[in-house]
Amino acid sequence: MEITRRRLLVLLPAAAVAWKFVLAGTPEAAPNYKLTEHWWGMLIDIPKCIGCGSCVRACAEENDVPEGYYRTWIERYHVADWKIEKPEVESPDGGKQGFPPHADDDGKNFFVPKLCNHCVDSPCTQVCPVGATFISPDGVVLVDKSYCLGCRYCVQACPYGCRFLNPKTNTAEKCTLCYHRITKGLTTACCEVCPTGARQLADLKNPRDPIHEFLKTHTVQVLKPHMATGAKVFYNGMDGSVR
Amino acid sequence: MLKDIEHLIRLAVVIAIALVAFVILRAAVVPRSFGEYGHYRGAAIDEIVSRPIAFAGHETCEGCHTDVVDQKKLGKHVVVACEACHGAQAKHADDPGSVQPAKLDTAVVCVRCHEANAAKPKNFPQVATADHSGGIACDTCHQPHRPRIETAKIDAGKTDSAKTEGRK
Repeated sequence: MEITRRRLLVLLPAAAVAWKFVLAGTPEAAPNYKLTEHWWGMLIDIPKCIGCGSCVRACAEENDVPEGYYRTWIERYHVADWKIEKPEVESPDGGKQGFPPHADDDGKNFFVPKLCNHCVDSPCTQVCPVGATFISPDGVVLVDKSYCLGCRYCVQACPYGCRFLNPKTNTAEKCTLCYHRITKGLTTACCEVCPTGARQLADLKNPRDPIHEFLKTHTVQVLKPHMATGAKVFYNGMDGSVR
Repeated sequence: MLKDIEHLIRLAVVIAIALVAFVILRAAVVPRSFGEYGHYRGAAIDEIVSRPIAFAGHETCEGCHTDVVDQKKLGKHVVVACEACHGAQAKHADDPGSVQPAKLDTAVVCVRCHEANAAKPKNFPQVATADHSGGIACDTCHQPHRPRIETAKIDAGKTDSAKTEGRK
């Protein structure tokens, strides 16, 4: 078919309409985001955490986390001088409303924020029988809601207790590291609101990320290293009593 | 000879039909994006990415509220993001005209961080509210964006500075 001027005038609007139709079904794209150029983790600076609960509240609001469930939470540790092997750990309402003053101020007291460790060799991903849980190419452990059966294997497998079954959808839910934010160039909701900088999102593939300098110059640990999960949430200044 | 392998051919045909049926069924049932990145549905990533955001991020706030940025630069709260106190404001950022952030009660908001607690870092400014102010709103004396004591505010209000002296 020869394209005459008249035919082109007819075809162009038709093509525009068709293109709009094609675009209508696709989710909001994240421009310039390349999955292979990132490797996400987080840095948690325990000596900076004041236990204000901002992160827990922000997470609940950003991700619509049901009441009584937590994708991130804060634990208050009380390590008595004479009972160092048995620390008292409390987390009233996940630390959402802060922490009341503790009766015993002796010994060591500190806060530990917790969240999914986005493990490289994550037990939760390995046990999922239907491939609903996966590690994205940029290192974030995610759940495909439409594939999840709600069998709870992953909830039991996670050594950090970071997963729960959403009572509304009956599917497994967990921290997504605010995947919908970090792919748009924003930081996570918890890191955004942390007033002291105790939480910092880290892109381990970005050579300009301050995380590299921090990891080089500080004594940094992960939770339960003996489980060999390849956790990517790094804790600075963590006491040996933290479980 | 041919008669001997007839049952084998029949079997081969049945297996071939079963195989074709399996391939067709598999193509129909398995989502197209399955296996795009690994043993999962690749489209699930796009679905998670498409979730709307609730917290706009301090860079967005700072685009308009430059006066507050200048105020914050003068004090220690320069490191505190806007939405840490003001809450999620993506809706306000999208439509500043009709969605207005709620006014904050400083007697509640400040306490979340600055109430004394043994587990807080020792160098973090904290007060026992009951001793420090008796629970009155913190902005009676302090300017939240630049949280030093404002003598002008104390003069204007009825609080005397002796009342506000407490543990720092």
